[in-house]
Amino acid sequence: MQPNRLKTGGRINRSKPLNFFFNGKAFKGYEGDTLASALLANDVKLVGRSFKLRRPRGIVGSGAEEPNSIMQVDKGAMAQPNVRATQVLLHDGLIAKSTRGWPSLRFDIGFMLDVFSSIFSAGFYYKTFMHPRPFWKYYERFIRKSAGFGKAPEHSDPETYEHRNAHCDVLVAGGGPAGLMAALTAASSGARVLLADDQTEFGGSLLNTATHVNSKPGSEWVRQTVSALSKLDNVTLLNRSTVFGYHDHNFLTIVQESDDHVRQREWRVRAKQVILSQGAFERPLVFCNNDRPGIMQASAVSTYINRYAVCPGERAIIFTNNDSAYQTALDLKRAGATVAAVVDSRKKGGGSYAAAVEQAGIPLLYGHLITNVSGQNHITKAHIAKWDGDNDAIIENSIKIPCDLIAMSGGWSAAVHLHSQAGGQNQWDHNLCSFVPGAISQQTISAGAGNGKWALEDCLQDGHDAGMSAAKRCGLQPIASEQLPAVSEIHTTPIEPLWRVPATVDPDRCPKQFLDFQNDTCVSDIRLAVREGYRNVEHVKRYTALGFGTDQGKLGNINGMAVLAETLGKPLEDVGTTTFRPPYTPVSFGACAGESVGSLYDPVRKTAMHDLHRSAGAKFENVGQWHRPWYFPKRGESLDAAVARECLKTRQSVGILDASTLGKIDVQGPDAVKFLERIYTHNVGNMSVGRCAYGIMLGEDGMVMDDGVMARIDDQHFYLTTTTGGAAAVLSWLELWLQTEWPELDVFLTSVTDHYSTIAVSGPNSMKLIEKIGCDIPLTSDQFPFMSIRNAHLNRIPVQLFRVSFSGELAFEINIDSNYAAGMWEVLIDAGQEFDITPYGTEAMHVLRAEKGFIIVGQDTDGSVTPVDLRMNWMLSKDKDFIGKRSLSRPDSLRDDRKQLVGLLSNDGKTVLLEGAQLVEDPAASIPIPMCGHVSSSYMSSCLGHPIALALVAGGHSRIGQSLYASSGEKSFVPVTITNPIFYDKKNELQNV
Amino acid sequence: MRYSALSLVKNAFTHNRNWGEAWRTPDPKKHYDALIVGGGGHGLATAYYLAKEHGMRNIAVLEKNWIGGGNTGRNTTIVRSNYLWTEASLLYEKSMQLWERLSQELNYNVMFSQRGVYNLGHTLQDMRDIERRVHANRLNGIDAKVVTAEEIKESIPHINTSPDARYPILGASLQPRAGVARHDAVAWGFARAADNLGVDIIEQCEVTAINCEGGHVTAVETSRGTIHAEKIGVVVAGNASVLSSMVDLRLPIESHPLQAYVSEPLRPIIDTVIMSNAVHGYISQSDKGELVIGAGIDAYTGYGQRGSFSIIEHTMQAIIELFPIFSRVRMLRLWGGIVDVSPDACPIISKTPIDGLYFNCGWGTGGFKATPGSGWVFAHTIAKDQPHSLNKPFNLQRFETGALIDEHGAAAVAH
Amino acid sequence: MLLIKCPWCGARAETEFSYGGEADIKRPEAPDKLSDKEWADYLFMRKNPRGTHRELWNHSQGCRRWFGAERNTVTYQIADIFTLSEDSG
Repeated sequence: MQPNRLKTGGRINRSKPLNFFFNGKAFKGYEGDTLASALLANDVKLVGRSFKLRRPRGIVGSGAEEPNSIMQVDKGAMAQPNVRATQVLLHDGLIAKSTRGWPSLRFDIGFMLDVFSSIFSAGFYYKTFMHPRPFWKYYERFIRKSAGFGKAPEHSDPETYEHRNAHCDVLVAGGGPAGLMAALTAASSGARVLLADDQTEFGGSLLNTATHVNSKPGSEWVRQTVSALSKLDNVTLLNRSTVFGYHDHNFLTIVQESDDHVRQREWRVRAKQVILSQGAFERPLVFCNNDRPGIMQASAVSTYINRYAVCPGERAIIFTNNDSAYQTALDLKRAGATVAAVVDSRKKGGGSYAAAVEQAGIPLLYGHLITNVSGQNHITKAHIAKWDGDNDAIIENSIKIPCDLIAMSGGWSAAVHLHSQAGGQNQWDHNLCSFVPGAISQQTISAGAGNGKWALEDCLQDGHDAGMSAAKRCGLQPIASEQLPAVSEIHTTPIEPLWRVPATVDPDRCPKQFLDFQNDTCVSDIRLAVREGYRNVEHVKRYTALGFGTDQGKLGNINGMAVLAETLGKPLEDVGTTTFRPPYTPVSFGACAGESVGSLYDPVRKTAMHDLHRSAGAKFENVGQWHRPWYFPKRGESLDAAVARECLKTRQSVGILDASTLGKIDVQGPDAVKFLERIYTHNVGNMSVGRCAYGIMLGEDGMVMDDGVMARIDDQHFYLTTTTGGAAAVLSWLELWLQTEWPELDVFLTSVTDHYSTIAVSGPNSMKLIEKIGCDIPLTSDQFPFMSIRNAHLNRIPVQLFRVSFSGELAFEINIDSNYAAGMWEVLIDAGQEFDITPYGTEAMHVLRAEKGFIIVGQDTDGSVTPVDLRMNWMLSKDKDFIGKRSLSRPDSLRDDRKQLVGLLSNDGKTVLLEGAQLVEDPAASIPIPMCGHVSSSYMSSCLGHPIALALVAGGHSRIGQSLYASSGEKSFVPVTITNPIFYDKKNELQNV
Repeated sequence: MRYSALSLVKNAFTHNRNWGEAWRTPDPKKHYDALIVGGGGHGLATAYYLAKEHGMRNIAVLEKNWIGGGNTGRNTTIVRSNYLWTEASLLYEKSMQLWERLSQELNYNVMFSQRGVYNLGHTLQDMRDIERRVHANRLNGIDAKVVTAEEIKESIPHINTSPDARYPILGASLQPRAGVARHDAVAWGFARAADNLGVDIIEQCEVTAINCEGGHVTAVETSRGTIHAEKIGVVVAGNASVLSSMVDLRLPIESHPLQAYVSEPLRPIIDTVIMSNAVHGYISQSDKGELVIGAGIDAYTGYGQRGSFSIIEHTMQAIIELFPIFSRVRMLRLWGGIVDVSPDACPIISKTPIDGLYFNCGWGTGGFKATPGSGWVFAHTIAKDQPHSLNKPFNLQRFETGALIDEHGAAAVAH
Repeated sequence: MLLIKCPWCGARAETEFSYGGEADIKRPEAPDKLSDKEWADYLFMRKNPRGTHRELWNHSQGCRRWFGAERNTVTYQIADIFTLSEDSG
């Protein structure tokens, strides 16, 4: 059933067959398979189409470097777009679809793009689609049709994610031989070790190859080591966990594929030391049509054989410039495939393996190259030619050998990604033909193949040494006697660079030689970019899209840079590597977001009376993080009707408002007066105990920053309120001044916003209501005048009682311990029935205050309004300095045409102006029409029977009575008249009753 | 060689071997009439307009690294002009008008795609601010409208307009002419066009000192020697303070990291640009299919072209709040720029107390959209030694007089 | 994400802190004696160095105390943490 599946071996579970579907066709695989290994087991060769030229593509790799098998997996809300088949663990019923190819994967109409590919050279779109000018949007619509690979899911994600914070002494990234050895060694010191590996099983290359450790299969050593590690309390093992980000201050992020209650978990790890042992990536070789299905990384072929018991071809050819692929030849032979030849570009090679390969009867073709292949949707032949090492030679006289698999190895590139993310330098090693980690800038140690140690023996030693150093750097003593496992010694023949197979015709005309498979970046594109002056590696990458695929250049970047270096005639190290940024491999938005989505996106702050408001039918609005009652509609009542009722009832009898969200700050200390004098604009010292004042705070730029009532509770004790949204910022700002500028002042600030709840009772019957529920202090104005505060008991509960008013009515504000607030609210509502007490929300509060011309900071001010603009000159003390005072005498602050707060009435007495409407003198003026202000607040006043508005108008204070036009729609305007901003009870008599 | 479909076909026949250089790589001359320090989009645009509009051909652009490698290549490519204050909106609208003809003007397709920009409102105060801005835009001749949550849902079917969202979408402003452009192409297109007019574009040339004599600039010291010039325009974004400190000029600028990222390429799903200040994040989809997402700035100053990952996490939360279907989509690339933030979120395009020295900085998070306009007014300022009426309000003196143009003012505190 | 060592609470993640900008900006003793230029210098002009930066941080999600840090704005390494009382003294 699975034609390429081997009878024995591999780490798959043959007792657990799994069904899956690819492009609608049913297949079988086993537990332990990846989608890629299962597809290969079923001899599925064509898995995708390239992005630009729509060329047919097969699986080329076995891990994060895979550029071709980009799949849409599963459906509906569970869909996962763009996953690599090599990284998808097979599950029963899995549905996979290729993401490119139209009308079908096998026949893609886009093959035309390939036929005419010389027109679609690098950067072609910068050179055309410009005429006629309006047509770009049509061209673009067409271009966009071919955008993307997979589709976003159609519904909200039904699965959840979480963040977990962790601290450790040593984080080991990568659980291959070096990582396991490092973890084991570091753990022996007692260090808290966290080992993360992206695979299901730890072991890395030891599971991919037929290597022996301690004279047993490598997998046996892995089993023992993992078992030993899992018994240690100081070690955390995270499999299926990719370290994707190495950030500042040794902070690393890991995404874990989870089997428990969440889909994925983002670990946020602060590590004292980090060991990077992420291994290396094998490079392709660059020859004509090297992207055809059936051409794979040699190491991937070995991995499929050894780990998954899948032999991806029957008749294979090895093409290499280094020794590692010789093992693949032996693996293939052992798996029963025919190995038609090992084609080695070197004059001699294979090291210890050469003899074994020869013994196995595999023909060794030294000094040969594969120049091209036959076959479209799958290779049928390799074109092989003799080569004498001349890069500029034109190769002829190719022989063609039939094959269905080419296992290629262009050498190895150390995975320096995390090292580089951490700010480390990379240096080019000529002997290894790889970048290796250079100078570090964080607490980092690279080990193993990621450190350029290719041989297993060196890997283990390097891992051991890294573990020792890391533990020691943490101040711990590892057990030095830890025996290094024994591996058979091998000798190797050095790699010889082969960055590009010399072409059969010149490199600009020969069939395409691919560097970046996903984006179809070819040797000819790099050469074109250089010819056109794009010479910096960053320009070349951006112009040709090299490395911009979803494999982020893991497969092709080094080859691309080498070809660039060759074209520029520079050494590769001078071309430079590009900076690596997180993420190492793509990571889901969900994992990065963690649990803070949906209702947990931002905490909702609710007042102590919230549930009462809800059962009273309140509609809420978001104010900062708070949910505040906006209005309290009766059944079927509109916003306007409810607000009109709430306002009228308040002015006629009594209304009740939950004002708990106001910021509240308790200020105490011998220097409280001195401090507040510098903060507020008015004379604080003049206030007698028990008195309140309206206070404004300015920024140092002289602009109104916040306002509120402040009260003097005692000589050295004040209580301030701030706006709801400004509470936290004001407290932090006060602390800033106190701690950084005036540390000599003996003052303490405490936020009491949550400690106290505030109930405002307003209206002519408010005093009667307070009296009715039982108040132990006299409330009359002679004893408790307007703008004062008293400690009192209401209904036997201790409260701070304020005689203040934001509605202009006789009003009280009750500050009460939040635990008693809901009870007090209920008592007031019950007692208020006799007065038809009316709860009102923020909207009615806004109307009531606007009728009195009171501002809302943030609505009637916008950070560019001074107190003078608000006609609050009387609040600016001449006798002292205060924050922002100096800015009020800057030339611009003194202009008399500044935008100033005024009232506005629509001339027809009916139109409610739009909040935000702009004011102009001449609506018929030509565009741009000069604007002289805007409407900041606008309401229908049910008490006055006509609409009112507040506005900021240039020079407004001296323009009372003048006419303007307020914009109301696309081209319509409403004539308005500038008035004094106090519309109701102009003499302020009611609040003083 | 002029670029066209025909030239593509012609060159295909010769295997693309006859394309010329997009711009030369000259060695610096000893003397220029004017130098532009900074080879980003703004600097290259300045040089182009100096040459084209003001006939100054003996000029050079000095770039310490590679052109377009700073914020030009590190942004989310949004172009819009719907600013609140008249001063700002007229400046950005000038830029918008240049954008609309830029591909043809430069003979380089910058892929300016007018797919509209939505600025979402999530609170009643957001909506007041939106109305105010839209009304102001209209009177300034800028296309703008207020749209309801239902209209948003109709145009962007996948957006979450549920009233049960933590911060429900109440409406938005829409500027239909706004959109996105291909950022690299802007730098390359201006470079090629400026080079065509004789401008020397000198890469790998870092300015290490600015020389003055008698209150007048005379030359710059660079990694490639001394270069003399009568006029020097500095437009180096996040590095403005580094350059200004060379002449003891104090600037009201702080440089902050600003990050952005893209997803893996998806089939087309969003064909417009969505920005939200309250739920902080903005998103569009490139022609390649990548979701392009911008985050907020880091609070601390930084020249590291990288920020804190917690900012990215917050942005992810915001994007999922707006588009719950993107939860399973994956981030592919993440990068950071250095943005030069001014106290009023508006640029400084100004003469300085030193004759012949001009600064263009303070664009904060919004510089890309202004690229052609910024270059156009800066060129005028340098050529005429006085600002154009469009950039006159954006002078350095405003920080002394207090005449700030406070673009973030409109989003002050909520009550 | 930075690791910041609060002088009172120890090393904590950056998300517990808020940033306060350039340190050592002393509020003028007599603002009314300053020219507009001098006042603007205090109000708006910043060193904004590429390199070592003395800056203010507030442990806003912890002890709420302000302190100073000497941080490199390129490497983001924090070389020194200082309390303001000892420093201003």
